[in-house]
Amino acid sequence: MMAALRCVIYRDVLLAVRRSSDVMTVLLFFVIVVSLFPLGVGPDPALLRTIAPGVIWVAALLASMLALHRIFASDHSDGALEQMLLGVTPLGMIVGAKVVAHWLVSGLPLVLISPVLALQFDFPQQFLWTLILSLALGTPVLSLIGAIGAALTLGLRGGGALLSLLVLPLYVPVLVIGAGAAEAAVSGLGGQAQLLLLGALLAFAAAFAPWAAAVALRISTE
Amino acid sequence: MNWFKYSSPQSFFPLAGKLALWFGALAAIACAAGLYIGFFVAPTDAQQGEAYRIIFIHVPAAWMSMFLYLVMAFWAGLGLAFNTRLSGMMASAIAPTGALFTFLALWTGSLWGKPTWGTWWVWDARLTSELILLFLYFGFMALQAAIDDPRRADKAGAVLALVGVVNIPIIYFSVKWWNTLHQGASVSLTKAPTMAATMLTGMAVMAFGFWFYSIAAALMRARCIMLERERASEWAVEYARGSA
Repeated sequence: MMAALRCVIYRDVLLAVRRSSDVMTVLLFFVIVVSLFPLGVGPDPALLRTIAPGVIWVAALLASMLALHRIFASDHSDGALEQMLLGVTPLGMIVGAKVVAHWLVSGLPLVLISPVLALQFDFPQQFLWTLILSLALGTPVLSLIGAIGAALTLGLRGGGALLSLLVLPLYVPVLVIGAGAAEAAVSGLGGQAQLLLLGALLAFAAAFAPWAAAVALRISTE
Repeated sequence: MNWFKYSSPQSFFPLAGKLALWFGALAAIACAAGLYIGFFVAPTDAQQGEAYRIIFIHVPAAWMSMFLYLVMAFWAGLGLAFNTRLSGMMASAIAPTGALFTFLALWTGSLWGKPTWGTWWVWDARLTSELILLFLYFGFMALQAAIDDPRRADKAGAVLALVGVVNIPIIYFSVKWWNTLHQGASVSLTKAPTMAATMLTGMAVMAFGFWFYSIAAALMRARCIMLERERASEWAVEYARGSA
């Protein structure tokens, strides 16, 4: 079974890397959205410093949502998904592996580039690690919850806008706690509590979301 | 007694019609009585003046908005577990009423907030989570509306409703925590002075009125859904012919 999971992860990452423009688009979207905020609210450094965690988190949320439909869409259109549904490996495990692969190509780049964007906002450097850690723990949760939405809207007309309507309200706790971590660190409270909560959310979502997404996939493909 | 007798649309349809009529009548009576108590019997509040009277609509609406989501998720889960046709129809029949009450709670809340707090909206934990509840209702309805096959719509909606139910407490507590982190509690809903008995009575009567209304409205809507989905079956054709 582990071999099957490795296969799925390797295959999905390989497919994404071979078509690297898709990966880059999401990353560029993230960078551009974050860069728009100073243009909108003005270049006052004090203001930018305060809003930096929130802006980066909201942009990461939107960027990861933009990439969600790709988790299952291409496998659905070329029929590979049906073979996975028929196979002996539990569907929940396959979904979990696909989410991991999806996060590696769409979530991890956001985490890695976030310190650069934080510096643009004059975010205090000693707290950069809290911000990076919060994103590293939070973006997988976004991918996990998003997989349920992506599975539910598979093959529907108006999928993208519908997907955001379903998924964004469910992202609220991650946003609140994730952006809160960096803010708490800056205000001197320390972000450990939020990071631990994010870890709890990640464990909870990792345990349940793949199975919910698997049920949704079976509904969408029957 | 056969519990499953009314699990088929054909036998539930006439029963739903009768029940909707009775609960509609009860709702009208309870709402009239509740509004009478609220507007004419209950004393004027010492601190808030007459503006507080909006709670007779606001609080029951807020209760119903949360309760109806649970009921909707219950029917959705039942439909997913036992594969019963009627459960999914009930879930989709409840959703618009739930969304209506959520909107009503938000709207009356802001009407009350303006004279009392001096602002239409604050990012209070309760207000924010109620707003997100409204989004969850919209998401449920939008998903069902986007799927043409009613069976798939029922099941997909059920998964979403159940995921939403798991998330609601997490959302509530995260928002509550976020709020206390951002600003001190400048406004508190819980500091309300001990309520006069008539106020409580009026609110309870209104809550029952809204409850009966929800049952009646959901059953009426379920009847429409049943007719629409079963339009090819004999009893639906006969009903249509009889009422034409």
